[in-house]
Amino acid sequence: FNKTLKLLMLNQWLTVRCVLIPRLKSPGVKRRFRIYSSALLVLQWLTNKDYKGGERFLVKMAAPLTLLVILSVTIRAVLYRSSLAEVISERVEVVSPLTAWKRVVEGLALLDLGVSPYSGDVFHETPLIIYLFHFVVDYAEITFMLADVITAVALYMAVMDYNKQVFRKQKYALEADRYPLDCLELIRSPKEMYYIPLKVAMFYLLNPFTILSCVAKSTCGLNNAVIALFILTTIKGNVLLSAIFLSLATYQSIYPLTLCAPALLYLMQRQFIPVNFRRVSFWWFIAQYAFMYLGSLFVIVGLSFFLLGSWDYVPSVYGFILSVPDLTPNIGLFWYFFAEMFEHFRLFFLCVFQINVFFYTIPLSIKLKEHPVFLIFMQLAVISIFKSYPTVGDIALYMAFLPVWSHLHRFLRNIFLVSCVLLACSALFPVLWHLWIYAGSANSNFYYAITLLFNVAQILLVSDYFYAFLRREHHLSYGLYLKRKDGSEATLVLK
Amino acid sequence: MGLLSDPNRRRALISLLTRLNSPICVVCYMAGVAWFMGLAFEPFTLRTYMSENAMGSTMVEERFPAGERALTTGREFSAHKKKAGGMPVDWLVKTMQARGLEVFTQRFSRKLPFPDENKERYMVKGTNVYGILRAPRAPRTEALVLSAPCTPGDSNNQAVGLLLGLAQYFRNQIYWAKDIIFLVNEHDLIGMQAWLEGYHHTNTTGMDWSPLQGRGGSIQAALSLELSSDVITSMDLVLEGLNGQLPNLDLANLFYAFCQKIGVLCTIQGKLQRNDWDSVSGYSHSVQTMMLMVMKQASGRPWGDHGLFLRYHIEAASIKGINSFRQYKTDVTTIGRLLEGMYRKLNNLLEPFGLLLTDYMLILTLLLHLTVVQALDLWVQLATPPPRTEDGITDKEQVRHTYYFRVLSVLTPLVISHLTGVALYTLPIQFQEMAVEQFPVSETEAVVLTAIGVYTAGLALPHNTHRLLSGEGTEQGWRVLKLVAVLYLAVLLGCTALINFSLGFILALTLVPVAAFVTPHVPKVLSAFILVILSPACTLLFSVFFFQELQELPVSFQEGWLLYLSVISQGILDHFLYGSLVYPLIALLVYPCWLLFWNILFWK
Repeated sequence: FNKTLKLLMLNQWLTVRCVLIPRLKSPGVKRRFRIYSSALLVLQWLTNKDYKGGERFLVKMAAPLTLLVILSVTIRAVLYRSSLAEVISERVEVVSPLTAWKRVVEGLALLDLGVSPYSGDVFHETPLIIYLFHFVVDYAEITFMLADVITAVALYMAVMDYNKQVFRKQKYALEADRYPLDCLELIRSPKEMYYIPLKVAMFYLLNPFTILSCVAKSTCGLNNAVIALFILTTIKGNVLLSAIFLSLATYQSIYPLTLCAPALLYLMQRQFIPVNFRRVSFWWFIAQYAFMYLGSLFVIVGLSFFLLGSWDYVPSVYGFILSVPDLTPNIGLFWYFFAEMFEHFRLFFLCVFQINVFFYTIPLSIKLKEHPVFLIFMQLAVISIFKSYPTVGDIALYMAFLPVWSHLHRFLRNIFLVSCVLLACSALFPVLWHLWIYAGSANSNFYYAITLLFNVAQILLVSDYFYAFLRREHHLSYGLYLKRKDGSEATLVLK
Repeated sequence: MGLLSDPNRRRALISLLTRLNSPICVVCYMAGVAWFMGLAFEPFTLRTYMSENAMGSTMVEERFPAGERALTTGREFSAHKKKAGGMPVDWLVKTMQARGLEVFTQRFSRKLPFPDENKERYMVKGTNVYGILRAPRAPRTEALVLSAPCTPGDSNNQAVGLLLGLAQYFRNQIYWAKDIIFLVNEHDLIGMQAWLEGYHHTNTTGMDWSPLQGRGGSIQAALSLELSSDVITSMDLVLEGLNGQLPNLDLANLFYAFCQKIGVLCTIQGKLQRNDWDSVSGYSHSVQTMMLMVMKQASGRPWGDHGLFLRYHIEAASIKGINSFRQYKTDVTTIGRLLEGMYRKLNNLLEPFGLLLTDYMLILTLLLHLTVVQALDLWVQLATPPPRTEDGITDKEQVRHTYYFRVLSVLTPLVISHLTGVALYTLPIQFQEMAVEQFPVSETEAVVLTAIGVYTAGLALPHNTHRLLSGEGTEQGWRVLKLVAVLYLAVLLGCTALINFSLGFILALTLVPVAAFVTPHVPKVLSAFILVILSPACTLLFSVFFFQELQELPVSFQEGWLLYLSVISQGILDHFLYGSLVYPLIALLVYPCWLLFWNILFWK
């Protein structure tokens, strides 16, 4: 496996080098092609070679994954070279004041001049990001593509591991005769689970939202990579790394803090620690995790302080996220509401809106106690809908999880309506923006109406999946064909 | 979650929709068309609605006296133009300076992608001359523009003369609160494009121009004047700008009000307004006017020099003096007074014009409703071939079939038809040189004929697409493809209509019936014929004839065909010169969408 990964990285690096260096024009094309084909040959050779059971499975899947990565990197590289890149990087749907590349460049310029990058209210990214780009600013495009690839590979591996566990659990349950007889058609077969990890990677890498976000060089891609690594380490059961990546994600944008609930639930489930408030082991584990989490957070925050030599970044990053001073339109719910509001009520509604993101954690954790990975999906969706500066890159992250729940399709009710609305809204965003800003025949209400519709569709999508998930679990314990007490057909209603 | 999750009510709704599918479609389509025709019926429209109070009255006193002198200046200009063989830059600079303006010039050059045969130009070089009258009464943050094109030949000299006369007269008045820019632009829209890009520091089309040396405030409104005779019978107001943008209705209403006050006949689309809206002939007259407007707007090209201002959010219109055989003539002094009144009124404008809301979207919603109903119907057919046992539960194999395998077989036609679209967009310009070497045609003809060639070649696609498909198409396959195509069409037309209602309406009128009736099971030859007739290219051909008919200049088929070719070349030129969106829209989106329906018809 290590070999494959190394090869993958090498291949990746070669592609990136060849596609991105603009001076290689016509001779470059031939060379690139040769490198592609030789890499593919090596891969073929690897896949044909005999490997032991599990590893063979992995190698078999690595070839399509590599192809997928090559394809997605090529698409991004082509878009970087086209005139579209500039247009995309100005779109308010793709970049927010937090993640805009233009602002990062401004911050870098200020840093080079010896001024604090946070003076002047332009730059709002964290100090670690600006120091990262201080070194790799010339390779920014490669960095962003790499971040996308890391996210996809991390999600791929995480989902593969998760599926193995799901399958194992299902096997035990079947052996223990825990499922009712008429539920056999709800049982998941390994055949249909086989391609799910690949589909997850595909949903992330080929999602237009991700591509747009990457081409615009929105730092959202880096945040997604951190969150994906957090999910991977959590599912692999590595407590320390999970805590470290969670603290990194929190450091980047605060909101991933709510992911600690599913992480704790998952890790405890894995270590067979019962979720029981009276048990010492429960509290001991929480204390351990909290210690690791807070410790690494402390280290990161301290490191940022020593890098910059001041606490400027705290109000400028976290104050900016929490108090929402920048009301540039985006796909979120904040801007219009706070632009219209009387200043007097601002603080109150700010609290209401921000608590909204964190509030769902408790009821969802109670309801989905047994299914922490689904809880991660729900939390990611809630964050990307209700956060203060959402971009399409955030949506892409939770949408990558949709193939994992493909077995729920039969219970989904509004998927057609919701996907139509999401599609139409995505097309209408730039059109209504044009009408509002350039043509002057519409106003901000039109744009906000579409934003609202887009978010309602997202909420419907998530609640639909939530309903379907609960319903499948219900059927798995009570049988597929439910009868009422009087013998007629019963239906399940989410209340 | 009430309606959305109660399965019984949903089932009832869905069965109602499937049963009433075709009647609903027909009724909606008819209602859409009827409503559209109703727009021409005067009581339905608020013609005299003014949203800006400052524009509400025409109470200014016009005193412009110097019509005769303006005509003399115009003649002088004509003589110098002939001598210089183009724009008499030195003379214009001197004359404007003598009238007390700050005068600047701007040079520009542009190589067209292929020669423009209508205007006979290829390598364009020219100079714009403009003079700024600084506002004496207020900080110079806002400006108004009066422009007149310098055209080759004998036309438009009077316009330049009047412009200079007005400049001299305006200079002596003290009430100006906004800078007034007097602009004489060469090579009509190309010069205007260069000047506007220079003024706003943008460069959208890759044109060469020297930067402007002097600027005024932000431009609030602009009028472009075209005048080729000493006396006129009527003034024609041209509103349609780039991409079908229209200026604010207030500007048009203001002009109309001034014309009535001063006693000048004002026409729109070359037609006089009539008061007998309740008679049949009156109604057909207003339908004609409206159809002319719709066709012009749908073409997406600027119909006067004002057309490019609209892109910068500046309200603008062109005013053309028309000299026909009517008895009643108006002299230049009166036109000067009219313009003076307009500018004094615009001078009073306190804030930018408000927005123009339209109720047009309802019409389109009715038309597009048909596609949505179709899509719903298809989805229901796809999701429930066997009757549902319980809400949402279907045969497992069926579900897997629907969700995964069909998606891939739909992707192939989608990708191929879009690649054809890309070919239609890029090939005509790329291959003109090769075509000129190989065939005895001019560059322009080469471009147009290549475009038509690619378009026709696309019709052969379905057969080739099927070869690429791994398995043979199934019933499920075409349904999924049609679902995708119908949704695509709905979103596409909706977005088009938001930007350019007329274009969206014409496309919806022709493409929506296609979306409704196409299946692989209808008679092939007849439906193929109907599909070709309703395709975008044929729609354009009919529009050309219809437009000529509306203008009361009917043409023979031969002339019509030549006109059609020149319309295509002009459309492509408009895109590359001014950034008009119609050509890329048709080539990259509408045509591939139509090809999808063509694919469904030949689904095997």
